[in-house]
Amino acid sequence: MTKISMTVNGKAVSGEVEGRTLLSAFLREELGLRGTHIGCDTSQCGACAVHLDGQLVKSCTVLAMDAAGGAVTSIEGMQNADGSLSVIQAAFQEHHGLQCGFCTPGMVMATAALLKVNPKPTEAEVRHHLEGNICRCTGYHNIVKAVLAASGQDVSAIAAE
Amino acid sequence: MHNFDFVKPATVADAARALSADGAQALSGGQTLLPTMKARLAQPSVIVSLTGISEIKGVCAVDGGVSVGAATPHAVVAAEVGKYYPALAKLAGGIGDPAVRSRGTLGGSLANNDPAACYPSAVLASAAVVHTNKRKIAADDYFQGMFSTALEEGEIITSVTFAIPEKAAYVKFDQPASRFALTGVFVAKHKGGVRVAVTGASNNGVFRWTEAEAALSASFAASAVESLTVSAEDMISDLHGSAAYRANLVKVLTKRAVTAAH
Repeated sequence: MTKISMTVNGKAVSGEVEGRTLLSAFLREELGLRGTHIGCDTSQCGACAVHLDGQLVKSCTVLAMDAAGGAVTSIEGMQNADGSLSVIQAAFQEHHGLQCGFCTPGMVMATAALLKVNPKPTEAEVRHHLEGNICRCTGYHNIVKAVLAASGQDVSAIAAE
Repeated sequence: MHNFDFVKPATVADAARALSADGAQALSGGQTLLPTMKARLAQPSVIVSLTGISEIKGVCAVDGGVSVGAATPHAVVAAEVGKYYPALAKLAGGIGDPAVRSRGTLGGSLANNDPAACYPSAVLASAAVVHTNKRKIAADDYFQGMFSTALEEGEIITSVTFAIPEKAAYVKFDQPASRFALTGVFVAKHKGGVRVAVTGASNNGVFRWTEAEAALSASFAASAVESLTVSAEDMISDLHGSAAYRANLVKVLTKRAVTAAH
């Protein structure tokens, strides 16, 4: 076991890992941050998405040791400082962008990554950006609507079919 | 995943030394290798991460072209290469999904040489040069069949230099689950002639469609390949598409790429 340190949601953390320990396992098992969900563990579903040094990554496909020294933001770091829901989280709630909720942490992290570089995406851009996040409830229309609402756009006519 | 020792050198020289260990394996973005290791299809005893080596990251203009560091993630290529080589930037922006593009790298894609990966077609059609810690390898010599390359044991790709064509485009038909190319075609019109590289189709990995190159060098229009046929022999056949289907896609996508080229 090797001791590694990194910054998670603004706090300095450290823990013991093996070479094969994934970032997702480090967050969940070592740090107890279980908001990061493991849906497939095969790099396909995106439920485990977090930000590593500002970039969206699938934490099940990054070695914890490779992320050592970096800055991670997980779903637990997305709420406002006063504990209320962030704009993105509130939009998911408002527009029913979740059903079972399992994919939601990854969807929120992917949305935050998109809006950082593209504050007013089109519907097509949102759908393209969410290609790596699977919702097995198939609730995509409302997810897309929530993302567009979080960007401050009028969603009354979008994804209505 | 079986356990392994992990090292993260800061220089290519240190990485090369680390890779000389028994059972050592280079890890770039890990978007293919880590899933492969989880499935226990690979069991390295030492992982040598290349993600901490700044000398093999980044994009820069070079005489007549653009050089991309081997450890540059797809997202960075998509964002920064557009002003030099738009078709290459567009290809990088269509690989996998955003999270894969944050980690996956040009060098990793080329070292693996998946027969359905996007980058090999760009490298081959651009007549790019693959630079390693030991030598320079021309694209025509680099790709040697499915998952097979000219790289020697422990050799590390450091950068790839792309000559910028007059016109180019990459068009892929997505395999919708994996987002690899069910078939993809990169067309590049160079001063000296046209190169057409096809990925995702052949059992021998990326290849040049030389008949189309000759026809397009004479007349750079989609109609120039109309009379050509692509043999289904040696084409990949799987549940996503038969060999004949892929052979047909090669021609369809070549025409689309010629039309899209700018």
